[in-house]
Amino acid sequence: MISTLSKQIKQYKRETILTPIMVALEVVLDILIPFLMSKMVDLGVEAGNMSVVWHYGLLMLLCAIGALICGALSGKYAAVASAGFAKNVREAEFRNIQNFSFSNIDEYSTGGLITRLTTDVTNVQMAFQMIIRIAVRSPLNFCMALFMVFYLAPNIAWWLLLVVVLLGVAVGFMIKKAGPVFGKMFKMYDNLNEEIQENITGIRPVKSFVREDYEIDRFNKRSKDIYDVNKKAELLMILNQPFVQIAMYACILIVSWVGAKQIVGGSMEVGTMMSLFTYIMNLLMSLMMFSMILVMVTMSAASAKRIVEVINQVSYLESPKDGLKEVKDGSVEFDHVYFNYAEQVDGHYVLRDVDFKINSGETIGILGPTGSSKTSLVSLIPRLYDVTKGAVKVGGVDVRDYDLKTLRDAVSMVLQKNVLFSGTIKENMRWGDEQATDEQIVESCRLAQADDFISRMPDGYDTYIEQGGTNVSGGQRQRLTIARALLKKPKILILDDSTSAVDTKTDALIREAFQTKIPNITKIIISQRVSSIQDADRILVLDRGHLVNVGSHDELMKTSEIYRSTYLAQQKGGNDNESENA
Amino acid sequence: MSQKTPSTTPDKNGQDSLSVKGKVPITKKNGLKRVLSLVWKNYKWQVILIAVLIIVSSIANVYGSTFQQTLIDDYIMPMTKNHSTDFTPLFMALSQLVMVYFIGVVATYTWNRTMVYVSLGTLNDVRERLFAHMESLPIRYFDTHAHGDIMSVYTNDTDTLRQLISQSVPQVFSSAMMILFVLISMIRLSWVLTIVTVGFSLCMLLVAKKITRSSGKNFREQQIQLGKANGYIEEMIEGARVIKVFSHEPKVQEEFEKINNDLCTASTNANIFANILMPICMNISYISYVACALLGSYFAINGMFGMSLGIISAMLTLNRSFNNPITQISQQINSIVMAQAGASRVFELMDEPSETDDGIVTLVRTKMVDGEWKECKEHTGHWCWKHPRPDGSFVLVPLKGDVVFHDVTFGYVPEKTVLHDISLYGEAGQKIAFVGATGAGKTTITNLINRFYDINKGSITYDGIDIKLIRKPDLRRSLGIVLQDTQLFSGTIMDNIRFGKLDATDEECIAAAKLANADGFINHLENGYNTYIHANGDSLSQGQRQLLAIARAAVANPPVLILDEATSSIDTRTERLVQAGMDGLMKGRTVFVIAHRLSTIMNSDAIMVLDQGRIIERGNHDSLLDKKGIYYQLYTGALEMD
Repeated sequence: MISTLSKQIKQYKRETILTPIMVALEVVLDILIPFLMSKMVDLGVEAGNMSVVWHYGLLMLLCAIGALICGALSGKYAAVASAGFAKNVREAEFRNIQNFSFSNIDEYSTGGLITRLTTDVTNVQMAFQMIIRIAVRSPLNFCMALFMVFYLAPNIAWWLLLVVVLLGVAVGFMIKKAGPVFGKMFKMYDNLNEEIQENITGIRPVKSFVREDYEIDRFNKRSKDIYDVNKKAELLMILNQPFVQIAMYACILIVSWVGAKQIVGGSMEVGTMMSLFTYIMNLLMSLMMFSMILVMVTMSAASAKRIVEVINQVSYLESPKDGLKEVKDGSVEFDHVYFNYAEQVDGHYVLRDVDFKINSGETIGILGPTGSSKTSLVSLIPRLYDVTKGAVKVGGVDVRDYDLKTLRDAVSMVLQKNVLFSGTIKENMRWGDEQATDEQIVESCRLAQADDFISRMPDGYDTYIEQGGTNVSGGQRQRLTIARALLKKPKILILDDSTSAVDTKTDALIREAFQTKIPNITKIIISQRVSSIQDADRILVLDRGHLVNVGSHDELMKTSEIYRSTYLAQQKGGNDNESENA
Repeated sequence: MSQKTPSTTPDKNGQDSLSVKGKVPITKKNGLKRVLSLVWKNYKWQVILIAVLIIVSSIANVYGSTFQQTLIDDYIMPMTKNHSTDFTPLFMALSQLVMVYFIGVVATYTWNRTMVYVSLGTLNDVRERLFAHMESLPIRYFDTHAHGDIMSVYTNDTDTLRQLISQSVPQVFSSAMMILFVLISMIRLSWVLTIVTVGFSLCMLLVAKKITRSSGKNFREQQIQLGKANGYIEEMIEGARVIKVFSHEPKVQEEFEKINNDLCTASTNANIFANILMPICMNISYISYVACALLGSYFAINGMFGMSLGIISAMLTLNRSFNNPITQISQQINSIVMAQAGASRVFELMDEPSETDDGIVTLVRTKMVDGEWKECKEHTGHWCWKHPRPDGSFVLVPLKGDVVFHDVTFGYVPEKTVLHDISLYGEAGQKIAFVGATGAGKTTITNLINRFYDINKGSITYDGIDIKLIRKPDLRRSLGIVLQDTQLFSGTIMDNIRFGKLDATDEECIAAAKLANADGFINHLENGYNTYIHANGDSLSQGQRQLLAIARAAVANPPVLILDEATSSIDTRTERLVQAGMDGLMKGRTVFVIAHRLSTIMNSDAIMVLDQGRIIERGNHDSLLDKKGIYYQLYTGALEMD
């Protein structure tokens, strides 16, 4: 984990190294101040020698000013290094996600990936900054102070060390006990937040079923549980205060008593005792700092782990090194294909022994009930997933032999869950072809029957599409995504239920345009609506991962029970019209 | 609509001081004050105790610091001069110090411990009030506020309150106390060095203020850039599959790098200011320390201002003790500002007016005694509306499910009327369907029957009673509703079905699931009815979730059902299976149905075709087809229905 993350420091190595160096300089200078003061008191003030006082005084002042400069510089370098580090981490994650295959994306949820790129990175950035600044400062401060204590008063130092060690043990014990309680608490908070979220989005059922009191009771119980656990954790944590105070007071008492004896006995100077008091504070404060960052760094470890998972995730699907750069034609062949999304032991397949051939330029319809794996089937053609057994061939060549970009440029797929991106319609269209001229864009939109409504918009093709395409209707969105796919000038066009929200008349116009304007493109159309596919050259009927029937509309009406019943149900339902069959 | 009763059902505890206060327009400062007054109201004695203990522990702390002067000047120096070896007086003084320290430790621990109860108790209280109040808010609130914003009141804003109560306020108070006591001690020891120390502290505060201001500006800029980057990430992760299909990865990468660089610059600037604040303040305090040492020594040697070694030593310790709390206060300023904003958002939610309920008619269980309905406690399966009369008597009207709209006009906002003069009659047992294009007002009609929204003109009656007279909980209990977006709750499948009727037995729930044709898939799940599901988890398909919602409505067994696109996510074949169950469910009930697929509504008793808030055609399937109007066009697919 650490090695993966430390690789992301890259161009910020200089700042990353300079930060602790500056911190170290600051600490050394700060530590020198009480020492110089003891000298000033013992050699200058007590002896009544003003020039010595000035000598040490000016040295102290220089130390303080030097420390200020080093401190400010370390702060600056830390900011540059940590923000840069966060940038690199984010970029590394994002870059690798771009390499993800569909199965990789399936594995992480969308929300999960977003968290890993946003909140988690912020957490790690904070932790990183803390490490290069304070994780260096407090141990160094601690060691320096300890060194000075031993240098100034070795026989008292052992006592002080004992107290500090005892404090360290006590604090460590406390953190160890409180840690799991806090972990439990965070989990409970997650559950509580989930419940709030449910009540916000599900307020209609709550109110319809008059379940407000029920939900409030449920919530109050959970809230009370959190209160109890939180109390337990906090009560443990506040032990910190008396521990530190007792340790500090013990040290002061030791120095006062033993110091007084030694001064009276002549083996110690007054100035030395004064600086000892200061070093005690330093020792204890740095110990506290260290325990604090220890807790915070452990908390961010979970974030770091999630980030590293993304950065190190190997894509399940790589483009071959010397992949073919040309797709010959739009023919598709499934050669005894078995497919599953994840490795499964029990031999359950989403697609089972699917075997068929599509000629270039053919129009193919695919029909089947929900869960019959229609989408899985077509996903194999642009190699969004790899087959488990068998082979899928495009243009007579196994899809695994093509350069991925070449293959996907030749196979244009309009996904079922399709999205438009924020930007103008034109910008969205250019996803299909960056160099597309305005005329080409209009041409594609005409084909997809989108030109009409675009022209009617006040800004036409420069209309701004909101994120997710929320400002156009479902049917319009579908037509825009089809137009975008057409701009790729593919050899194969796949529509996965892409006209479900389009009215049947427009749907028919789209199909007619396909037939007359782009006859050479192989068209594969999945639809719930029989009318969208009934005039295809051939129709594949799928049921639970099996290819059960292949044939034209007329043939299937005789041979396929699924096809016939679906057709009849929709005829009765009125989603179709006899006169439109042409 | 008058506002006689201030709260709805969940708020039976009567006076809710928070929402009553809410009538006063709040300002940001007000929010902070209200949090503190809330703490004060519930924890008066604890707060007093904490304040006293903080003062005690501050005194103990200062006493410890000034002891150093006493130690050197009164004990060590005389002893060195006299070559005395009698340590008894010193021992006595140290014992006294131990006592003071002991009191300090006990005081500190006790106030911290008390504070845990106060802050967590307040937090729990605020959370519970927030939630209870949220449940009482009208649907309009949820329709007009971003859900993420409501959520963040619970997650972010209440947390800033905890910070404020448990850390910032006591910290500032104890720091202020420290500053005061230290100042007194310093003046008593040496007024000259006090002036030097305070001068440097003022200088430090000035620098801190300046840095905090620039840092605030830069942090806002960082927040903006972070928002931009997060927005971009969100959009591109949501669209990750589309990016792949178009091999658009390099382009996206390039855009991302630009945004990422901007964020990096903003983040660097913001953090530089935040980072340099501490070292600069700390080292200014060191310079102040050095200045004191230097001046003190000069005075001591030249015998000015009665300076002594002990005074210098004590002054130097006090110098640190004076500057530390000042640094601490300057650090707390930021979190106080944040808590202020958080508090105002918390109270904003708490001040939202609750849903009002002027209903007087209630729904009661009844049984037939001598040919007349009588109210009873036991489950009879018979319900009546209990309608009180002004003279104290009441009338029992049997619950049947007649719903009548009479010239109903409605708009979500006054400027825009969504429904115009809608009149319709749904007799008990009838099925009424609404069809029409997006925005025609179909869903709006269902929002009115259960009074999620109140109509502007006209009236709606239920079994002859104006629904405004019926208590909302009773009205809603008599209506079953299945919505387009199925909302389930985390819990088992059984819990989710039982949501419709809390005292339903397992058998009743299973029967309802069977009715909705959900039994089949539930039995295929690993733990059957005990499978735990999450509200937004992906473990169930949209279709399966809809089946559960239907089962949930079935177990409630209401006389009137509202189905809003209830079967939209189920494929045609599955829908036919559900349809059978639905037909069973609909039998004998008044049903209002909105459907995307006309197949589900063909057998309705009446079909209303809506267009821009008006009923433009009505009739049954056959008569509407004969008309060859809009319905005909929709039916033949000539018109787009979204």
